[in-house]
Amino acid sequence: MTRWDLGHYTPRKDSAIAPEVWEKLLRLEGRYPWRRGMLVPALMEVAQHHKWVSRRQMEELAEFCEVSPTEVMGVATFYTMIYTQPVGDYNIQVCRTLSCALCGAERLIEHLKEKLGIGEFETTPDGRFTLTPVECLAACCGAPVVQINQDYYENVTPEKLDEILASLPEKRTLNPKGEAR
Amino acid sequence: MAPKEVRVCSFGRHIEDYWKLSVYEQTKLCEDAEEGMVGYSAARKALTTMSPDEVIEEVKRSGLRGKGGAGFNTGLKWSFMPKDDGLEHFLVVNGDESEPGTANDREIMTWSPHLLLEGIIIASYAIRANTCYIYIRGEMFKQIRCMNRAIEEAYEKGYLGKNIFGTDFSLDVYVQTGAGAYICGEETALLSSLMGERGYPRPKPPFPAQKGAFDLPTTVNNVQTIATVPAIIALGADWHLSYGTEKSPGMRMFCVSGHVQRPGHYEFPFGITLRELIYDVCGGPPGGKKVKAVIPGGSSAPMIPGDATDNDLLDTPLTYEDCVTAGTLLGSGAVIVMDEDTDIVWAAHNLIRFYAHESCGKCTPCREGTPWMRMVLERILRGEGVSEDVKLLADIAEGIETKSFCALGDAAAWAMQGALRHFSHEFEEKIRRGKGAAKVFQASYASGLMSLYQPTLEPVRTHRDPRREAEQIAHPLARRMRAWYGGDEE
Ligand SMILES: Cc1cc2nc3c(=O)[nH]c(=O)nc-3n(C[C@H](O)[C@H](O)[C@H](O)COP(=O)(O)O)c2cc1C
Ligand code: SF4
Ligand code: FES
Repeated sequence: MTRWDLGHYTPRKDSAIAPEVWEKLLRLEGRYPWRRGMLVPALMEVAQHHKWVSRRQMEELAEFCEVSPTEVMGVATFYTMIYTQPVGDYNIQVCRTLSCALCGAERLIEHLKEKLGIGEFETTPDGRFTLTPVECLAACCGAPVVQINQDYYENVTPEKLDEILASLPEKRTLNPKGEAR
Repeated sequence: MAPKEVRVCSFGRHIEDYWKLSVYEQTKLCEDAEEGMVGYSAARKALTTMSPDEVIEEVKRSGLRGKGGAGFNTGLKWSFMPKDDGLEHFLVVNGDESEPGTANDREIMTWSPHLLLEGIIIASYAIRANTCYIYIRGEMFKQIRCMNRAIEEAYEKGYLGKNIFGTDFSLDVYVQTGAGAYICGEETALLSSLMGERGYPRPKPPFPAQKGAFDLPTTVNNVQTIATVPAIIALGADWHLSYGTEKSPGMRMFCVSGHVQRPGHYEFPFGITLRELIYDVCGGPPGGKKVKAVIPGGSSAPMIPGDATDNDLLDTPLTYEDCVTAGTLLGSGAVIVMDEDTDIVWAAHNLIRFYAHESCGKCTPCREGTPWMRMVLERILRGEGVSEDVKLLADIAEGIETKSFCALGDAAAWAMQGALRHFSHEFEEKIRRGKGAAKVFQASYASGLMSLYQPTLEPVRTHRDPRREAEQIAHPLARRMRAWYGGDEE
């Protein structure tokens, strides 16, 4: 499935990016006529696996995509899903845009703040939960919608949310493909 | 009585395992398809019996209009692609669905990934593209997995790759993930993002058909647009023309959300009225309430009043032309229903906060204007509004509309203007009642990340300092902006 041959990158020996992520990143090579095209998906892969992207990782991605590190930083800070600071094991993203707000999203946010004792964009001291209000998740028919890491939960009520949070495993798990769940 | 549903893009939702290639190629293409018109037969027909120009001509004649928002004739858009220029061409499928209220593309990618792939094969053949990127928004991990799996299956079966159906046409399809930015749905911003840049829109011209992805000719189409193409090729342009109205032929998926008993996706020919859709199909608002306002085409379309008001516009047929007559837009076909108890000021604030959050910051009217409107709305919600605020909001909206770089600014202005046009009395009422009517202003109303505009996020001030207030509302750029765009004073 390789269309363009633009050379191959060899990751540094002491890379800050996990080998299983590199495996996926190297598969992106040859998909775009410019190496730079790989940047956004690459940042996403790193952010998903490591929960956030550090400066050192950005530098390596800059080498990988043949752009300057500042450009990587510029791109990383544009997108809301690429965190440049650590987030909790479970990032609870509550949609608060109109359809969900009409169906009670604010109640969910208030409930979570109270239950977890944190404010918006904050992480619990044990590093387990982060509360992130987000804009429309494109599942408006199931409003209100909550996304926890990669999974969507629809028609959520505070009670249902309690159940969901209680059912989450102790530690963030990766599925067999190494994707964060 | 509501007209009958026509299932084209939503056909697969009702069939078990439709997302598997083995099921897709055994099942007829859509409800109207005849015997033998199974999955991938339309692509086979296009590639083996038609020339690319014939495909374009057929789609043009069918009157298919883009479902992404602007409603441009798809066949016409394809015909802008250069022919025989010896360059690489690209098809980019826009699956960055983030318009509040819209959830159609997600359904198609989940339930009928092969329908989308079949459309991609036909469209790529028509525009002479050998590479297609499906740009899916980053949050949709499930849909990304669905599409990747479907692409794998299609490669195995030879529907993608080299020499498809024994012709000399080859096609590679890749899934490109977004990373969370509404503006990346705008086609030029999407291309910037695809090229590994910040998702800033780019000036047009040059149009994507001249200089698009990686500076090569590119066509950007919405997921639902592409997913409608196989049925048009299989059943013909006349079949498509037999549905809908003259100016809006065919059908589209409507995504109804908000205060209705049965929210969901429904596919109807253009021309079904809002009343039929909301009451007959979705059961109306819960608790026997009436509708105060409806947004018929995603948050960018101005809201129109419903049957709880004196100016009931629910009989508007959902077509591009009738929506414009009613002072709104069909946009992305996302119907958001607000019942009679909804606070319109609150709803407007919610929408404007969305735009203030998603403005990419490239151009001044939108970058400065949207947070400014948000601040004024927050002030009204806190019960501290002043009587000039309604006019101020209208002025800011006017200062953004048509003066911003891309359509996001316009959309924000329209959302504000729609609320003001039909519900200005609610704004005035709220301002008049002041603190008495104020909801307890919760921090979650405000956008947490916009630290730049932190002053408004302060707790409610106990005594008002008119000078400070004036300063805050006369945002640094406010006066200069008015002077520049022509305001009344100065
Ligand atoms: C701010 C903004 C956001 C947009 N978001 C989307 C989107 O999420 N999905 C989409 O298909 N089109 C979106 N569009 C429309 C695209 O720019 C473009 O018109 C569309 O992808 C063209 O495809 P079509 O002709 O098939 O409709 C957006 C436009 C603007 C201005
Ligand atoms: S109108 Fe808004 S989103 Fe569009 S370019 Fe200007 S700042 Fe960016
Ligand atoms: S408004 Fe919440 S998912 Fe769309």
